[in-house]
Amino acid sequence: MTETNEDRIGLRVSRYRPETDTRPGWQEYDVPLRTEWTVLDGLNHVKDEVDPTLSFRWSCRMGICGSCGMNVNGEPRLTCGAFLSDYAPGPVRIEPLSNFPVVRDLVVDIDDFMQKLPRVKPWIIRDDDVTVVDGEYLQTPDELDAYKQFSMCINCMLCYSACPVYGLDPTFIGPAAIALAERYDLDSRDRGARERLDVLIEHEGVWGCTFVGECTRVCPKHVDPAGAIQRYKLKAAQENVKAFLLPRGARR
Amino acid sequence: MTELRAYRRPVSIWWWVRKRSYFLFVMRELSSIFVAWSVLFLVVMIGAVARGASAYQQFIDFAAHPVVVALNAVALAFIALHTVTWFSLTPQALVVQVRGTRVPGWVIIASQYVGLVVVTGFVSWLVTR
Repeated sequence: MTETNEDRIGLRVSRYRPETDTRPGWQEYDVPLRTEWTVLDGLNHVKDEVDPTLSFRWSCRMGICGSCGMNVNGEPRLTCGAFLSDYAPGPVRIEPLSNFPVVRDLVVDIDDFMQKLPRVKPWIIRDDDVTVVDGEYLQTPDELDAYKQFSMCINCMLCYSACPVYGLDPTFIGPAAIALAERYDLDSRDRGARERLDVLIEHEGVWGCTFVGECTRVCPKHVDPAGAIQRYKLKAAQENVKAFLLPRGARR
Repeated sequence: MTELRAYRRPVSIWWWVRKRSYFLFVMRELSSIFVAWSVLFLVVMIGAVARGASAYQQFIDFAAHPVVVALNAVALAFIALHTVTWFSLTPQALVVQVRGTRVPGWVIIASQYVGLVVVTGFVSWLVTR
């Protein structure tokens, strides 16, 4: 079967080769346009059949590993979930995620994000000394529902790419990290809310956020990081009022 | 191992005109200036009322100046934008539980508009009675 012109779509891909380039440039590729093909399939076609030097990250192809995030026509997307046919007739503009340094082509440096995540202590903190031998912590379905939404984050960093605050001030701890803190705060087994609040009421914590709301809009897992941040601000404000009004002993 | 020479893309000062949502956000931030102006305008008006009839007439003349009217028209538009956008954002920040179930977002938004209508009605009654 021969393919006609209608069966193809152009990809306009940002290239950066640190050994030769001083700044990123564009390269055009032409790939088959098939109804079931995603942008990632297009890139893999280029890598396999056209230009093996093209670099990009990907793994699962089913929207759960969080590796293949890129800017597609200026919007942060998981490329495994963005269909080429939705961008027809093209060309589709593919760039590395915004707000991160570009290592090569479509690959960004994620070190900053990896250092920020553990700062919110994303693990269950207890104030007792129960061991595994004492048994497990039980939880009702309602208690699970309280934090489940925030536990769906796959660390794809689309929210950081969409956040102008992070773009302008990279010290901002960012949407995913705060949503993750909220995930553990809302967990009935956890007692670490106070410790996390100490981290998040810093200047680069929740107060850095100006509620643009783009993080929530681009999130492929409907985590609603913007909601988590505003809820945190409310909590922080309540703590402030409590600290001001109540005697030391009455504070929790 | 070779040294990584990562490229840092500069953020343009025009980043906020590139996307509708960014533009709306910056307009919402900008609206706070007009909110402040409206508060100032109100405070000055109350001050004029307190200082008697001639001071109030002076204030009315000032308020009728075309520049002030134009400024207030712009301020009204910005305050409307401020109100509508903040009302629609509230459910994300405010989680209200009634008998174990979460109150849906539209109820929170609707109750704010009801509140606005009630307060507006009370103030208009107070001023025009």
